[in-house]
Amino acid sequence: MIRVTLPRFGRFDAWRQAARDLASARVPMEGVTWADPDTPPDLFGADPAPPPGDHPVIATQQFLQLARQVASHSDPERWSLLYGTLMRAQGDRRFLSNPADPMMDRLSRMAKSVRRDIHKMHAFVRFHELPSDGPRRAFGAWFEPEHPILEAGTPFFAKRFADMDWLIATPEGTARFDGDTIAYDDPAPRPDLPDDASHDLWQTYFANIFNPARIKTNAMRSEMPKKYWKNLPETRLIPDMLADAPRRVQAMRDAGATDAPAFAPKITARLRQQPDDSIPDTLEQAASQAARCTRCELCHAATQTVWGQGDPAARLMLVGEAPGDQEDLAGLPFVGPAGQLLHRTMAEAGLAPDRAWMTNAVKHFRFTPRGKRRLHQTPDRDHVDQCRWWLNLERRMVAPRLTVALGATAAFALTGNRKPLTPRRGLVEPARDGGPVLITWHPSLILRLPPDRAPAALAELRADLAQAVQMVA
Amino acid sequence: MAQRTLQDKLAILSDAAKYDASCASSGTTRRDSRSGGIGSAGGTGICHAYTPDGRCISLLKILMTNFCIYDCAYCINRVSSNVERARFSPEEVVRLTLEFYRRNMIEGLFLSSGIIRSPDQTMGDMVRIARMLRIEHGFKGYIHLKTIPDASPDLVAQAGLFADRLSVNVELPQDASLRHLAPEKRPETIRATMADVRLGREAAKDRSHTGKRPPRFAPAGQSTQMIVGADQATDVDILNTSANLYSGYQLKRVYYSAFSPIPDASAMLPLIKPPLMREHRLYQADWLMRFYGFDATEIGSAHPSGNLDLAIDPKLAWALANRAQFPVDVARAPREMLLRVPGFGTKTVGRILTARRNGVLRYADLLRMGAIMSKAQPFVTLPDWTPGALTDSAGLRARFAPPPEQLSLFG
Repeated sequence: MIRVTLPRFGRFDAWRQAARDLASARVPMEGVTWADPDTPPDLFGADPAPPPGDHPVIATQQFLQLARQVASHSDPERWSLLYGTLMRAQGDRRFLSNPADPMMDRLSRMAKSVRRDIHKMHAFVRFHELPSDGPRRAFGAWFEPEHPILEAGTPFFAKRFADMDWLIATPEGTARFDGDTIAYDDPAPRPDLPDDASHDLWQTYFANIFNPARIKTNAMRSEMPKKYWKNLPETRLIPDMLADAPRRVQAMRDAGATDAPAFAPKITARLRQQPDDSIPDTLEQAASQAARCTRCELCHAATQTVWGQGDPAARLMLVGEAPGDQEDLAGLPFVGPAGQLLHRTMAEAGLAPDRAWMTNAVKHFRFTPRGKRRLHQTPDRDHVDQCRWWLNLERRMVAPRLTVALGATAAFALTGNRKPLTPRRGLVEPARDGGPVLITWHPSLILRLPPDRAPAALAELRADLAQAVQMVA
Repeated sequence: MAQRTLQDKLAILSDAAKYDASCASSGTTRRDSRSGGIGSAGGTGICHAYTPDGRCISLLKILMTNFCIYDCAYCINRVSSNVERARFSPEEVVRLTLEFYRRNMIEGLFLSSGIIRSPDQTMGDMVRIARMLRIEHGFKGYIHLKTIPDASPDLVAQAGLFADRLSVNVELPQDASLRHLAPEKRPETIRATMADVRLGREAAKDRSHTGKRPPRFAPAGQSTQMIVGADQATDVDILNTSANLYSGYQLKRVYYSAFSPIPDASAMLPLIKPPLMREHRLYQADWLMRFYGFDATEIGSAHPSGNLDLAIDPKLAWALANRAQFPVDVARAPREMLLRVPGFGTKTVGRILTARRNGVLRYADLLRMGAIMSKAQPFVTLPDWTPGALTDSAGLRARFAPPPEQLSLFG
């Protein structure tokens, strides 16, 4: 029997080296005993290790990563299991990537337990401030992990607390950090840690962030197992917090509602905006009323009302269908892809956007959520009918000479006619509230057309816009 | 009023913050203190303690002040409440954060506030605290700022430069209930603030034409919270609202907070026992939407009332209502369908797909890989398992639903 004694620190690398040498000599798993510094010597002595053999030794990256974690497990059999797995992998590597293989399953469970213990160390180490004679503050902690994870768990603290000196003492050994490297020492008795006022504040926080009306002790214990409690300053408060909780809830119930302090209604009266149902006189008033519009249900899902924009005294008014995703987020009309196309086409037709009033027939975005996206939906007749209130106000105040209806929804909102658009495009129809309406395509239609049909439609839109410019000139 | 000690203030202002369910501190940029300053962040957040209400403490969650000029009926800090008031100075918040952090008690700061004087004034003070931590103290830990909905977009933009996460609470699943219970708040400005945060994050991802990367903006994204059980909204209403929020503002999380009695409660709301099981089911349903490809109506329509089944989890409820799609052949089913099997989580499904390439999977293999076979049994076929008539049996739901008296355990 060959005995390999691994050092207390730097264990994994030592195991890896020894395992590689033994595996290259094809020493079987049963031929090796793996020992820690604290393992008593074998009763029957040990054979010397053979010199490294010449068989190639292969291990996947994935296995080494797993093995590194398993190496921090407290199971004394772990080295032997790892070596056995390494030997088996020399004949068949495929099982290393099979989660259904019983050995891989066992090793993954061990690694998981180690990862969890390391995570709990990162969570439950509590530093106490120590006296320091240098410019750096000094802190110390005592922690009792389930596995020997000191080396695997402490680099985290070096990254997090680089500007202070710290030590973490455990039954397995002590880690000390002075701003440069972590030094590991053999186990020492538990250090005396001085009282620390921040721990009292921490207990105050712990006791007050707890809601006595919702007790879920199982959830607490599954994440903060009792084995860690004895070194946490806050956990000793738990029994009293639990015992007092029913009384606190009952006291709340008994106290009931109290009268508001006298100043409260004065403050809220100043803040609460009364709904304003008066007929607005200006576009600004109309816009601020529309911002709170609940005439149809679209307001609940959409972000905000997207009001018109442009020259309030424009001769030309452009009406689109409804805001899209981008317009809804920005609160501005015609800022999305279709709006950008419209702006370009307007420029080509000699129409400056700030010389027109640009708005939509429906002022709220209509969509269906699909995972992380919102799919645009055409507004219904009812949405158009409800929103016509705002469109009519805008029309009365802007009083354009000509209105351009972009697409079928706008054409319907303005003329009341729902007939197909193709024969009407390029023609002028009377608006319901008077005045001429020139009917043309919506730019979003052009974006959706196949490449062989889009240029013609775009040319038509451009020509219609140019015609509109001429009509109001 | 006598001068309060830091300890008194901490007691009052952490008590006032405990109704916010959010606690996560994960998913931000990776950074640590080796290049100066203090702290580290990135990867998964760490819960440093758990309170007996089962919730984790990852961040120092406090209010800057619990003075508030708003009168939200569900909130302990509303102007009409007679609760004790206190206010931290920015320096005190910074000191508490750093000292707790150095003792490894927290991952960072979750700062919220009552609204004093004006939304802009309050948001400005919160931004100042974040700036002091980041700039003066080189703090690399996590900062979550609660955005005040009516604050100016400029202040929200500054907050996004210092904070890892921004959040603004929608508070209630339906606009009408918010208008009723929080008359000073407006649902449309809350959503507009979320839209601003989304646009800010998108703008921070676009490199300029010189290839320069703009400063990071709320790298851990935004989240929100809604209170469950304070109004009449059904679970379908709640899940639809969440679906709209996820798709509209790219939220990382929606937190559901079972409405819990508060001291000095408003007469408008009942002092009910918080519906903790309902809250739990909503979290499960939310998970199904984000990671399992379910949509809100699908989950909600499993029960005609529009509410989730309290006795069994939503995935199981959906499977029982859609038995025609089962049993699923584990050896052949696509990922999307495996994800719909009760008892199979995303990790199990990942393992099944990997292991399938290595050979035939049997019942015992699935058990070992973490599948909850007691749940999955009626819904799968394997080389050594067929559910037979079990999938369609009338008593199937009863196999899973706990006997009624056990429900009291969850009260």
